[in-house]
Amino acid sequence: MSGYEWDFGKAFLHPGLWLQALVITLGYSSATIFCGLVIGVIAGMLLLSRHWLVRLPVSGFVQLFRCTPLLIQIIWFYYALPVALRITIPAWLAAGMGLTFYMAAFSAEIFRGGIMSIDKGQWQAAKAIGMLPWQVMRRVVLPQATRRMIPPFVNQSVLQLKNTSLLSIVAVPDLTYMAQVFVSETFRPLEIYTSLGVMYLIILYPLQKLAKRLERRDDV
Amino acid sequence: MTSEQGAEPRDGAMVAIEGLCKSYAAFQAVRDVSLVVPRGEAHFIIGPSGCGKSTLLRCINLLEEPTRGRMRVGETTMQFDGGRLPMSTREQAQYRTRVGMVFQQFHLFPHMTAIENIMEGPRTVKRMPNAAAREIAEALLEKVGLADKREAYPKHLSGGQAQRIAIARALAMAPEVVLFDEVTSALDPELVGEVLAVIRQLTEEGMTMIVVTHEMGFAREVANAVTFMDRGAVVEQGPTEKVLANVSNPRLEQFLRRFRS
Repeated sequence: MSGYEWDFGKAFLHPGLWLQALVITLGYSSATIFCGLVIGVIAGMLLLSRHWLVRLPVSGFVQLFRCTPLLIQIIWFYYALPVALRITIPAWLAAGMGLTFYMAAFSAEIFRGGIMSIDKGQWQAAKAIGMLPWQVMRRVVLPQATRRMIPPFVNQSVLQLKNTSLLSIVAVPDLTYMAQVFVSETFRPLEIYTSLGVMYLIILYPLQKLAKRLERRDDV
Repeated sequence: MTSEQGAEPRDGAMVAIEGLCKSYAAFQAVRDVSLVVPRGEAHFIIGPSGCGKSTLLRCINLLEEPTRGRMRVGETTMQFDGGRLPMSTREQAQYRTRVGMVFQQFHLFPHMTAIENIMEGPRTVKRMPNAAAREIAEALLEKVGLADKREAYPKHLSGGQAQRIAIARALAMAPEVVLFDEVTSALDPELVGEVLAVIRQLTEEGMTMIVVTHEMGFAREVANAVTFMDRGAVVEQGPTEKVLANVSNPRLEQFLRRFRS
């Protein structure tokens, strides 16, 4: 292994393209995290329904996306869905759908688990002073559950940002895709993939720190 | 079940329960219990663990749905016949505003301060303006002797303090009757007294209450009437001195003997 000449200069021949790729990675991350959270919270509420007819299809959706590889979901939405439905979906949208539903499935479970983790006694005490179920939810359960949900939501978001690297498989020019292009141009995979890893690290380390701090918050 | 609002009968009873049953599948937790609590009296329910006394209390404020029987609390009469409760969720909530309950484990809202816990009912349920709710809460803090803990979060309160705040939270709704469910059982022995003192004061003020407890000395001292339950059913019932003085029933005698030593 001796004698390899590291040359990180080769990794940054096109800083402008790196920057564009960074914007795409951050854009897909935040958009799919946001949409996934919204869908996930709605799905999580449905999972708490008293009626099994409501729970069953939602639970099926959640299990499907939790138990299949994200890579396959991305490929499926990109190539198979337009064929199956005989519609044309813009490529940028098709690429994001797998990521969105993947985030939604995990968020649904986080939301459901957060609500379920609140002691039954809280419901009883709130009902005992005459609160209606939605008032119990809004005033007593949600404020407590939200605090418990934030750390797992942040963790899932960190994973989500790393998972956008799988978009490169459907030619979305994100950081990972761009790295592959640069490698084929310069034949410097060691420098380029090392730099790529460092970039993800620089983005995610502060987020991870934030999650830790939220976990330690103990005003309740 | 049917429910109706009507004038309070002349007997002056705040709570009148007749033939109340609660079963879970084949298990009968409460069997044919009848109970009358006149306005302003403290009725104590005693009995061994698992005898159904807590389930009975939870039936009274509909946290559990009785299977059979009749129940009247204040002006609300309910008849249970094994069917579904025809009272809507809103009517049940409305009913519970008049029936306070204090729990063994306090169940204070941990994300609210002591005073916010007390204000929560008036503010959210009665839609009272903040200032009015605060006024009620301040008076109750004073009453339970915790004015200095106004801004404390529940986790910074001792068990005895937490339970006194929980009592204040129930009283803030100005209920017609308060149900106490073994409210000193989770407390360290040296903290029991401060909670009992608050309950004693309430009996002196003429609050109607049903108290489930293992504190036999306290029952002797403040109860107007006592019900002794065993295996879901009433074994003895009557004025305190009659039930607890000349014990003839062997099951009650055996139960009381454990508290003498």
